[in-house]
Amino acid sequence: MNPLTQCLLVSGALFGIGLAAILVRRNAIMALLGLELMLNAGSLNFIAFWRFRPDAEPMGGVVFVLFALAIAAAEAAVGLALIVAIYRHFHSTNLDEMDRLKG
Amino acid sequence: MQSDFFTLVCWGVMAAAAIAMMMRRPVHAVLVFVVSLVGLAVIYLQLRAEFVAFAQILISVGAVAILVVFTLLLTRNGGAEAELKRTAGSAIVGLAMAGLVMGCIGICVLASSAVETSGAVTPATVRQIGEALMTQYILPLEVLGLLLTAALMGAVILAMDPARRHNERKP
Repeated sequence: MNPLTQCLLVSGALFGIGLAAILVRRNAIMALLGLELMLNAGSLNFIAFWRFRPDAEPMGGVVFVLFALAIAAAEAAVGLALIVAIYRHFHSTNLDEMDRLKG
Repeated sequence: MQSDFFTLVCWGVMAAAAIAMMMRRPVHAVLVFVVSLVGLAVIYLQLRAEFVAFAQILISVGAVAILVVFTLLLTRNGGAEAELKRTAGSAIVGLAMAGLVMGCIGICVLASSAVETSGAVTPATVRQIGEALMTQYILPLEVLGLLLTAALMGAVILAMDPARRHNERKP
């Protein structure tokens, strides 16, 4: 198995694991961790295609992954702040109990 | 560069991610998740993307994981979640969906004829990345700075205590 295929398979497995965590876990923080895992799987894809590219953009993959890292950090900050705010209201981080929009 | 070590790290990353998502206590899950992130950084190192690897460790492990731990401390019912009682049926459906997606991706990757040309790859040095960011990608960089500022301010406002926010408005 060549390295590109191996990287892509690892990335696909990580994506699936993250998706399973989002769909199955009821704790909001665990769902957020699953989301982080899916973002990292995407980044691994970019790095793999950049490394084994035929002849493409010289810096494209690396720069895109750096941007993705920054977006992931922003998303984590806002998501965790939302979880804290919701916890203050519902006294729970269980996603099933957050079933009202009314404050 | 294709070595047994690389394969070992790949298996380690997948195993750590799976174990992390199966942990009952979120604190343990975060700690195992960090192992998975460090493994990903090692994979980036193997793929000659050194700067991305160190950025991954600094940002994902150093900032995001610590942020998650602090949130766990703030929302303290972080013990064992009583989640599997009511939702056993939907959990099976969710796992099946995720397995389906994973299988589809795997079949597509194995069936594709993605050519690999690992010929003369020059590793991306920090200097090259910096020049690319400052010339070709200057506009995305500025937008990203704006986005990060907005996200941080939004996070602070969201997490602020509502009662105190109200008091500060009318002193």
